[in-house]
Amino acid sequence: MNGFLDGSFDIPSDLQHSWLGLIGLHLREALLPVLAGLLLALPLAQLCVRFRWLYPPVLGATTVLYAIPSLAFFVVLIDYTGQTELTVMIPLAVYSLVVLVPAIVDGVRSVPQETLAAATAMGFGPVRRYLQVQLPIAVPAIMAGLRVATASSISLVSVGALIGNQGALGNLLAAAQKYDRPELAVNSVLTTAALAIVCDALLVLLRVALTPWMPNGRRPRTAARQRPVPEDVIR
Amino acid sequence: MTSTAKSSWSRTRHTGAAAVALTAAAALLAGCSSGDTSDNPLAGEKAKAGTVVVGSNNFAESTLLADIYGEALKAKGIKVTYKHNIGSRETTYGLMKNGTVTVLPEYNGSLLAYLDPKAEQKSAEAVNEAVKAKLDKKLTILQSSPAEDKDSVTVNAQTAKKYKLTSSSTLADLKEAAPDLVIGGSPEFQTRHQGLEGLKSVYGLEFKSFKALDAGGPLTQAALTRNTVQAADIFTTDPTIVKEKFVVLKDPENLFGFANVTPLVHKSGLSKEGVDALDAVSAKLDTKTLLELDAQVQLEKKDPLDVAKTWLKSAGLA
Amino acid sequence: MNVLNFVNAFFSDSAHWHGYDGIPQRLLEHVRYSLLALALAAAIGLPVGLLTGHTGRGGNALAFIATAARALPSFGLLVLIVILMGFGLLPVMIPLVILAVPPILVTTYEAVRSVDPAPVDAARGMGMRESRILFQVELPVALPLILSGLRSAAIQIVSTATIAAYVSLGGLGRYIVDGLYQRDYEKVVGGATLVAVLALVTLAVFWAAGRLAVSPGVRRR
Repeated sequence: MNGFLDGSFDIPSDLQHSWLGLIGLHLREALLPVLAGLLLALPLAQLCVRFRWLYPPVLGATTVLYAIPSLAFFVVLIDYTGQTELTVMIPLAVYSLVVLVPAIVDGVRSVPQETLAAATAMGFGPVRRYLQVQLPIAVPAIMAGLRVATASSISLVSVGALIGNQGALGNLLAAAQKYDRPELAVNSVLTTAALAIVCDALLVLLRVALTPWMPNGRRPRTAARQRPVPEDVIR
Repeated sequence: MTSTAKSSWSRTRHTGAAAVALTAAAALLAGCSSGDTSDNPLAGEKAKAGTVVVGSNNFAESTLLADIYGEALKAKGIKVTYKHNIGSRETTYGLMKNGTVTVLPEYNGSLLAYLDPKAEQKSAEAVNEAVKAKLDKKLTILQSSPAEDKDSVTVNAQTAKKYKLTSSSTLADLKEAAPDLVIGGSPEFQTRHQGLEGLKSVYGLEFKSFKALDAGGPLTQAALTRNTVQAADIFTTDPTIVKEKFVVLKDPENLFGFANVTPLVHKSGLSKEGVDALDAVSAKLDTKTLLELDAQVQLEKKDPLDVAKTWLKSAGLA
Repeated sequence: MNVLNFVNAFFSDSAHWHGYDGIPQRLLEHVRYSLLALALAAAIGLPVGLLTGHTGRGGNALAFIATAARALPSFGLLVLIVILMGFGLLPVMIPLVILAVPPILVTTYEAVRSVDPAPVDAARGMGMRESRILFQVELPVALPLILSGLRSAAIQIVSTATIAAYVSLGGLGRYIVDGLYQRDYEKVVGGATLVAVLALVTLAVFWAAGRLAVSPGVRRR
């Protein structure tokens, strides 16, 4: 067992990274796309809130994009962006966008009409009202979307191993097969899962910090509780 | 929503936090995009002048050979970076052409079969001449080594017993049995001439079905051992052939041709010194050596880079 | 434009329409993997979700399990299990089920929890047994959300079942993986199109199921 554990951190030279190096690479390949997705999703979602007719077609388009398997996405992109990290990151950014747009739209829409009216009455312009009232109130919904996007992004990076060492921790899976060393696959799965859990916990902490009015970060127990955002809409 | 009333007091904090987050995000993204162009081959930027990029396909021997080439070049003071496990020849050939990869370990006859499926393979020299004629103008091959590693159709012990196949049997002897057998190989084996297509046109073999596995790797070895497939494309230097008592079928029509380990290079990327270094490697590498080195990687689980370095030292090349 | 050409070439090649590597066969395999995985995931997620949602207990434990399950990388799990167990249907089912349980479980829990407490109290006041309250009051109201959880799980399964091809199984992923190694974009794009169409069909099926199963009174809200 001892040898088994030793071996699992003995990363083959052709991956060109130490274990920590792979972790860093994995985080970069997974989180940058989520961030890019968020930056694109915010204005897009605002447009959907502003022009209601825009939302159904956007939702339809995003569902189709989400249904395209990551591997197919990678393979088609190779022709344009080569066998690089970017090829892995573009689809992940698209998936994040797909998850985040509905989450933000529903979050912003859930702000009660009277709240908006109050803000207007206080002399808030539309931009200020969006940034200081609607967005903060939508934070829990956005964070729920971010959690799903982050978890799926961290998981999907591994598939990049199939297009030539672009899967960070996923490259360990290919190496495990190539050199018949299952312990490398165990390492890959456990490390990836640990990264996902840590990132998730950080997002929960961030939400608690961003929404000081919510009791202790737990869901409020009052009857006026928000209608739950269905997973599917988040997605 | 009692929360709305309270949210006004934390207003400034939110704006502050949002601004910080946005700045950080923008900075990260900017960093990301500038970082990416440097290793994006289609951004118009070729490998940095003077640096040789050694690539490898997605199987253990290719990684090992790439390490041997790379370390031999480094010993001559040439700057080397590796681009490992790229994929199949169908992919690597494109990357060689556009200059993303400068040096790739290849197999002369297999490369010819890819460039010209109909080409006859009579001798190693003739094969090399034909390859040079068919290669993209920017590419060439260097001297071949005596070390050979062919694709082969190999059956497992129980299939050999059932159909009375021995090491002197040929592919033609499989004709009767083939419709009952599932054959396995890498996904590209299905469409290559040195694959299902050639087996059909040259030997008239039509199998029950094809199962896509990996390039002679552990999936293929396991599938053959467990009789998930009864025949498979296995590399002749595969150490498991002896271990599992697989039977390699003879190929009298030379469908799988010659497969001498040969460096494929992007002409403009390699100096005279580099060419000499690789020629010296090819002169010393024979099939027996290759088998031993493969066994060290695949059976003894040594790291290919260490195996490469040790051998180069013992051969006086580094 | 390019992509459309690929799609056209893929579907008009008659060789792609028959045999063990033909579209009908691969489609059938894909649907089979997907349905089996969805059935298994529903068999785990629905009862647990309904029960915890009804009693209102175990929400935190549930959230933790869902987070942990979501954190496990499907592709990694698949490769690991195949290395340890060899080929077969089971190694593909495990990651797919683990992928599909969290959305079903969490959505079902939330759906039952979010049912308006007034009718539930009324039912209890009328002397209904707990099981009848769950199935006759809470379930009908929660059904649209529960269906949306199932739908989201189904779409993820359909899209993810493609990775089965990497470990030598069939399904539509075969075209994508083979296309990658054969450098055959026609196959990759054709395979991806089939998967996307299958996902849209899944959406349509769930929409129809919602129409049929959800009571008009609930639907109107």
